[in-house]
Amino acid sequence: MSNPALKEWPLWEVFVRSKQGLEHKHCGSLHASDSEHALQMARDVYTRRQEGVSIWVVPSASISASEPNDKSEFFDPASDKVYRHPTFYDIPEEVGHM
Amino acid sequence: MNAPVDYLLQLADNALILGQRNAEWCGHAPILEEDIALTNNSLDLIGQARMLYQHAAALQGDGATEDTLAYFRDVPDFKNYTLCELPHLPLMSATAQGDRDFAVTIVRNFLYSSLMVLVWDKLQTSTDAQLAAIAAKSLKEVRYHLRHSRDWLVRMGDGTDESHAKAQAALNQLLPYTQEFWSASPQEQAALTNGSGLDMVSLQSDWNQIVDEALHEATLVRPAEGGFVPTGKQGIHSEHMGFVLAEMQSLARAHPQATW
Repeated sequence: MSNPALKEWPLWEVFVRSKQGLEHKHCGSLHASDSEHALQMARDVYTRRQEGVSIWVVPSASISASEPNDKSEFFDPASDKVYRHPTFYDIPEEVGHM
Repeated sequence: MNAPVDYLLQLADNALILGQRNAEWCGHAPILEEDIALTNNSLDLIGQARMLYQHAAALQGDGATEDTLAYFRDVPDFKNYTLCELPHLPLMSATAQGDRDFAVTIVRNFLYSSLMVLVWDKLQTSTDAQLAAIAAKSLKEVRYHLRHSRDWLVRMGDGTDESHAKAQAALNQLLPYTQEFWSASPQEQAALTNGSGLDMVSLQSDWNQIVDEALHEATLVRPAEGGFVPTGKQGIHSEHMGFVLAEMQSLARAHPQATW
């Protein structure tokens, strides 16, 4: 659909919290004229099959993302620091599931 | 006390015919999100029609099913408001050809949903328990339809010069058809008498308030009413009704009792 509305309306990222889930998960994006409009469209596009109990919409322009080029300095230094995973401790049974 | 069959048919026919009309946008809506929104709306309405037809068919007996009621009745048997059958086109368009006007779609959905939030709310206490249950389910759906159409009405009315003009033209065209809401049909009278229905005139001031508030917010002017009162619920329809049924019923009639 080539439509001027798609160029004029800002893009929104949609986050939906499912019945079982505790957190809102990113599920896609859409074009809408404002936040209320975006919420209604998100309801129609992303929760038709009972996926959700709560919706967030965020202007895509408000999201700051890391650069793919920064990947090596951002993420690689963590790869050899296994001690940051709490795998060297015995967890007492009383603690239960963590 | 069961509702009169013709009263159930009037409610069902409204939902089915408007659902069929809104489904015409499937694959053609101005934007993808709206395409899905309008087909959601259609599926809600067709779902309401199905429940009502199933109830009516059970009461009617004699081999009636939801399909015979939807697909094998002719124009004079349908009892929907004339408003529901009109094409998504400006006035005096005689056939279903031409570009659909989104403003007509939105204004009609707004006028109809504004009524049905009140009707379904009242029918929740119908003496017909089945109808009361259908009303409770339908109320939630139509509340969203009202929200959706009212939102667009305000955006278009209070939008650009062009969108305002289109919304005002659609309102001028469609509002006179709402006069049919308040003139009791024989089936509405029968339902009121046996306790399963409601007095439509008692909803009029609430409906006016919903409509006038939205029009004010949308900076639209409510046109004067008067003149011809449509007669769809008595089975006397506009010339558009035959086209709607032809498209909706032809498949079922070409392959009767087909299943899939």
